Amino acid sequence: MSSATDTQPLVSLTGLSKTFDLSPPLLNRLIERKGRRTLRAVDALNIDIPRGKTFSLVGESGCGKSTVAKLVVGLHGATSGSITFDGTDLTRLAAADRGAFRKRIQMIFQDPYASLNPRWRVRDIIAEPLRSFGITSSKQEERAEVGRLLEMVGLSARDGEKFPHEFSGGQRQRISIARAISSKPEFLVCDEPTSALDVSVQSQVLNLMRDLQDELGLTYLFISHDLAVVDFMSDYVGVMYLGRLVEAGPAEQIFAAPEHPYTRLLMDTVPDISLGRRDRAPAIGEVPNPITPPPGCSFNPRCPLATQRCREQSPALAARSSGTVVACHAVTGEPAAGSRPGAGGAAGTGTGTVAQRQPERGVA
Amino acid sequence: MNTTTFPNSPLLSVRDLSICFDTRHGPLRAVDGITFDLAPGEILGMVGESGAGKSLTGTAITGLLERPGRIDRGEILFEGKRIDTLSAEEMRRLRGRRIGAIFQDPLTSLNPLMTVGQQLVQTIRTHLSLGKEAARKRAIECLAEVGIPAPEARIDQYPHQFSGGMRQRVVIALALCAEPSLVIADEPTTALDVSIQAQILDLLKKMCRERGAAVILVTHDMGVIAETADRVAVMYSGRVVEIGPVEKVVRDPRHPYTKGLMQSIPRVGSNALRLTQIDGAMPRLTDLPSGCAFHPRCPRAFAECKRTKPAALPVEGGHVACHLYQEEPV
Repeated sequence: MSSATDTQPLVSLTGLSKTFDLSPPLLNRLIERKGRRTLRAVDALNIDIPRGKTFSLVGESGCGKSTVAKLVVGLHGATSGSITFDGTDLTRLAAADRGAFRKRIQMIFQDPYASLNPRWRVRDIIAEPLRSFGITSSKQEERAEVGRLLEMVGLSARDGEKFPHEFSGGQRQRISIARAISSKPEFLVCDEPTSALDVSVQSQVLNLMRDLQDELGLTYLFISHDLAVVDFMSDYVGVMYLGRLVEAGPAEQIFAAPEHPYTRLLMDTVPDISLGRRDRAPAIGEVPNPITPPPGCSFNPRCPLATQRCREQSPALAARSSGTVVACHAVTGEPAAGSRPGAGGAAGTGTGTVAQRQPERGVA
Repeated sequence: MNTTTFPNSPLLSVRDLSICFDTRHGPLRAVDGITFDLAPGEILGMVGESGAGKSLTGTAITGLLERPGRIDRGEILFEGKRIDTLSAEEMRRLRGRRIGAIFQDPLTSLNPLMTVGQQLVQTIRTHLSLGKEAARKRAIECLAEVGIPAPEARIDQYPHQFSGGMRQRVVIALALCAEPSLVIADEPTTALDVSIQAQILDLLKKMCRERGAAVILVTHDMGVIAETADRVAVMYSGRVVEIGPVEKVVRDPRHPYTKGLMQSIPRVGSNALRLTQIDGAMPRLTDLPSGCAFHPRCPRAFAECKRTKPAALPVEGGHVACHLYQEEPV
């Protein structure tokens, strides 16, 4: 994975961080002598997403995976780091220049009940990007395009006349997919696109998303808490815990031989229909409060392998011979230089950023 | 029509239960003639898609069904006595004392303006004749039993001071503090993360086993059922399409819907290129197809499926409602 291939990754996140300021108002800080409080939702994330592939971020609620999605599409501004899309750093673009990229990056949201305007007809919902990006020039062209998009996602062109409430959850998610692909984007950010759906419908939507990827050559950033869904969808996986990547690499490798204790914990706790683990012992502890993360490795209070070193020193991501990167003292021994997950990326860029950032985190 | 024969008499017996909603456009039948028994101490999983009627069944058993919903047919027997005809006051005394309830969202099922201790003490004193001090002692014991660290300190905190997993532990403590013999758990872990979900399911299982309480576990997650329940009832469009021991239903499902459901669940490490999908969606109540409600989506439907609703037929260890098994297996 370290050898650079001829193609640049479509999307590169380098040292991407997002800090939310949760401080009390200035007056309270002065009168009550309260300090500033910040929450580091995303901490120095390095990810490469090759063109036409799916990179999945997986983790529990509060680990920062949705914040990454919002950063990438520009719904949040990054605190530091860069988001490189097809060679351009989006974080340095003026708002006016972002427009051109917005067309090329689209998003599918979790809840198809909240993400579609209930007062609009489906054809207007899907045509909105067409209109705002000026893709179609006439009403007739627009109608034909909307019909084509609807058929592409497995609905009929006549469904455009209906309102969202006339559709089931799965059909609504098809509508949001049709809207997302209407501006012919190259990159789709999918934030838990199937977690509001029933399983039998979930499989329809996941199959559709894979078909569209093959047909249109789409690149996905796929966010999910469901490991089985991630395994089905992904080429590359990044496991996040409290804002940081703890393990990342090719999906096959991660699922076959997870190394980080947290990845292993996640794998162990997925409810399984094979009936093989009815009497296993559940993992202990909960995700700590991200405002006051524990010192050292933030997973150490729950980790069965934690040592004194884990409580003092935060581990850096280190490359493994299997092609993955892992941030764990117990797995990697001596901390190695930071390395980047994902494939096809120039391995040199951004090396060390992870390691350099460590001291900023974990001071209680 | 006893689903499975148990040595002792059933704790709960639901017979031909139908729940109807009166609307301007006529009655809508959300639950359509479901029948099952629950043995003391047994964990029965109820699984189905949203709108299949699984939560409504639980609501009817706890007597919390609200207008315009009503039971229009059938009966619910608890410890041999009918409870669906009880007055609201009689039902209120039964609920909490003999039948506990755990709901999906621990934040909305706890009162945000009362401390956890106040809520526990109130519940304990409503159902058991204990003094204030004794009830508080009992409440602290309850919190300790559900694995809340430092219960003496935590008892005076408000729900918002607890994390999601800890809150659900409090809800379990509330449901079990009066030692009910039946617990209805409606999606108890759906709002929680997977690693917490495993803890809560384990706790629920342990607590109920220790006290001999039976559980109806309502969920949409077959994985949760497979790891927790003894028996499972699969619901579709208001009917139980298949019921039987978990191992049987998971390994060898009979009903085409159960088969499709089991195959459409993605699994870690399966390396599938495509997931098996059941085309279409569950029909709306306003637009139910004739005959078997699953026939428009069923890969094995034939003429009879459009005409008549299949009756529940006994199969090995359970029941299945499908015309395929009606005469001779096709």
